[in-house]
Amino acid sequence: MPTATRIKRGLNIPLLGEAEKILQTPPRAQEYAVKPTDFHGIFPKMMVQEGERVKAGSPLFYDKYNEKIVFTSPVSGTYKKLVRGAKRRILEVIIEPDQEDEYIDFGSDDPASLSREAITARLLKSGLWPAIRQRPYSIIANPADTPRSIFISAFRTAPLAPDMDFIVNGQEKEFQAGLDVVKKLTSGEVHLSVQEGETTSPAFLQAKGVSVHHFRGPHPAGNVGIQIHHIKPINKGEIVWYLDVQDVISIGRLFEKGIYEAQKIIAFNGPEVVKPRYYKIKTGAGISSFAGGNIRQEEGITPRYISGDVLSGQKVSPDGFTGYYDDQLCVIPEGDKPELLGWLIPKTSKYSVSRTYFSFLMPWKKYRLNTNMHGGERPFVITGLYEKVLPMDILPMQLLKSIMINDIDMMEKLGIYEVAPEDFALCEFVCPSKTEIQGIIRQGLDDLRKEFA
Amino acid sequence: MKALHDFLENRIKPHFVKGGRLEKFYRTFEAFETFLFVSGDVTKRGSHIRDAMDMKRTMFHVVIALMPVMLFGMWNVGYQHYQAIGQESGLIDNFIFGLLRVLPLIVVSYVAGLTVEFIFASIRDHEVNEGFLVTGLLIPLVIPVTTPLWMVAVATVFAVIIGKEVFGGTGMNILNPALLARAFLFFAYPAHLSGDDVWIYTGLEQGQQLVDGFTGATPLAMLTTGEIENLPSLMGMFIGSIPGSVGETSTIAVLLGALILVATGVGSLRIMLSVVAGGLFMGLLFNLFAVNDYMELPAHYHLVMGGFAFGTVYMATDPVSASQTGTGKYIYGFLIGVVTILIRVVNPAYPEGMMLAILFMNVFAPLIDHYVVQANIKRRLRRLKT
Repeated sequence: MPTATRIKRGLNIPLLGEAEKILQTPPRAQEYAVKPTDFHGIFPKMMVQEGERVKAGSPLFYDKYNEKIVFTSPVSGTYKKLVRGAKRRILEVIIEPDQEDEYIDFGSDDPASLSREAITARLLKSGLWPAIRQRPYSIIANPADTPRSIFISAFRTAPLAPDMDFIVNGQEKEFQAGLDVVKKLTSGEVHLSVQEGETTSPAFLQAKGVSVHHFRGPHPAGNVGIQIHHIKPINKGEIVWYLDVQDVISIGRLFEKGIYEAQKIIAFNGPEVVKPRYYKIKTGAGISSFAGGNIRQEEGITPRYISGDVLSGQKVSPDGFTGYYDDQLCVIPEGDKPELLGWLIPKTSKYSVSRTYFSFLMPWKKYRLNTNMHGGERPFVITGLYEKVLPMDILPMQLLKSIMINDIDMMEKLGIYEVAPEDFALCEFVCPSKTEIQGIIRQGLDDLRKEFA
Repeated sequence: MKALHDFLENRIKPHFVKGGRLEKFYRTFEAFETFLFVSGDVTKRGSHIRDAMDMKRTMFHVVIALMPVMLFGMWNVGYQHYQAIGQESGLIDNFIFGLLRVLPLIVVSYVAGLTVEFIFASIRDHEVNEGFLVTGLLIPLVIPVTTPLWMVAVATVFAVIIGKEVFGGTGMNILNPALLARAFLFFAYPAHLSGDDVWIYTGLEQGQQLVDGFTGATPLAMLTTGEIENLPSLMGMFIGSIPGSVGETSTIAVLLGALILVATGVGSLRIMLSVVAGGLFMGLLFNLFAVNDYMELPAHYHLVMGGFAFGTVYMATDPVSASQTGTGKYIYGFLIGVVTILIRVVNPAYPEGMMLAILFMNVFAPLIDHYVVQANIKRRLRRLKT
């Protein structure tokens, strides 16, 4: 039994509405979308005309800054329209699907017989490349780089995050095939992290050709950034890549079957979902195809749909689409009601990590948390709080301050290369000054990229 | 509740928003409105859910934690007064006398300070910060009950403007504002902040006179003048029925406050413990090399005298002016303890060292943090080499 890395600092937020382990296949969605906004830092250039027929795996647009990176259609059908936002920014590329999917054939091969270049080329062509992201910066990996190592987290700890053991069930072969492909992309090792005592699937525990690391502890132990920090931290000049388990499975399928099958299992959950379940969908599916009718109806309460987890996910409209990287759709109530003396009266429905509310007396209780800010924005006052939920040897407040004054040198020294906004999500949650910490971290990463561009 | 909110929103608010008659006072209105109603603002970017804790609740808990010392202080003001004139008095008599003396100090401090805060919030166009709710209560508790009200007002305004607003407001200050107010009074009007005559209210009505042998000296003053044999009992000082600033005398009441701060996680136990450790360390060191009576005083006596306990729990723990790093807090606290006892025992000009020690370490806190940050950077660089 290998020794587990124990993560001591962190917080499991007790949110209501965990998904039952029932897998359902909803009917095909009316529309599918690829959202360029899911991919931080790219600039989409369209490759198809409106009304053009596309197959699953047909290119839709590429990144102006790195023309090799193309984004392909998850289903076959007709490219219907673009949805643009402010300054004509492309928000959604919408596809109207056929009844049955037609796939582009990329050829099936044993990855062992292929060169690294051939593998990279096929991943790029199929549109699976964007699934591979890099640290630093937490953006799509550059195919011209060779990463020091590759990290995959086989468990999640974010509130109501899906159970990876349940998801990989029945797809063990594809997962291993995907690992065999991924392994060829790095000169170093592939690190797979599992949760001590919780992970049971042999696909993870007995994965071949990778080093398996055991972790235990509260959120954010399941974040790949935290795992990298504890396995082999990133220093200046180094690049590591990371992927999600389901993307590894898709990559495995690409090389086994030769097609880009954008199949994904997502957890549909949260306090506002009547029957939280797992759904097998295609990436970018219209939310209404499976969420419709399964939302709690209550007078005066507006539900908020979040693609991803409640800490770092994106707000989407009920007729919007699931995100490229997301394997969760969480619905929580909006907290848009003013509350008389809300800061004073210690209601038991409120959750706080501090002991100024009574939630610490009821550790078993789950909460129907809403989107209220619970206070106005203030300058930094309280110290020592972020450290309690950030299990890294990084001084969070000092790093944030160095970003706010745009001190590149200090950001580097304080470890900005190791972090991503999601790793600071809990800091943002607990912050009594209501600072937008994830936004600040993203700003710092962008500043740094610009500096070295 | 909804009716009240609608009334505020529809009848009152329009006067204060841009274009209204009272738009200059928008931030004042907003402060009262958000006091009454936690706003319905929802998360826009980043985390969709937020902890229920905010600055109002944080500061509210510090105010709660100050209640034991405030109430005890009021009682003690009355008790000391009736002792001085040799009159029998009950618990209620003492408390009411103290209430009537202390309440004006509190009101003046709040009115003066909040006026400045509201003006600056309007000029800078940000929400009114809650920090002054604590500062405004701390100031009356760290001065003698006899301080003239106008001095309280001047000191408060000075502390808020020079101590806080010139640096950019709450969260940006270097010195603890409440202590700065006290230091201002101490150096500007020394006759009112030191000596034996200020700690007990001795305003006499007709027919009253001070008892024979009344001195009004605090234990620390006795020690400085070498009257160690007149010192009150250790228990007396622990309970706090001794002369001193309004809120500082009772170690028991301070401990009660500390319990609230630590239990709720609002105050830093780390700082509190290290101040005590620093004080004991220096006290014991003096005991070892004692050449006079003061140096022979058992180290634990220091903890219950003067403002040591009060400063440790309420002043040193101010998160803005203290060290901000975990390790830094230990160093910062320890040195406060050491310097306090050093000033007390070695410098006869200042019987009490707590105020100066904390202000001194406030100034050094950024330096301590700098070295802690550098250590973190070095540790991270060393990782690169291995």
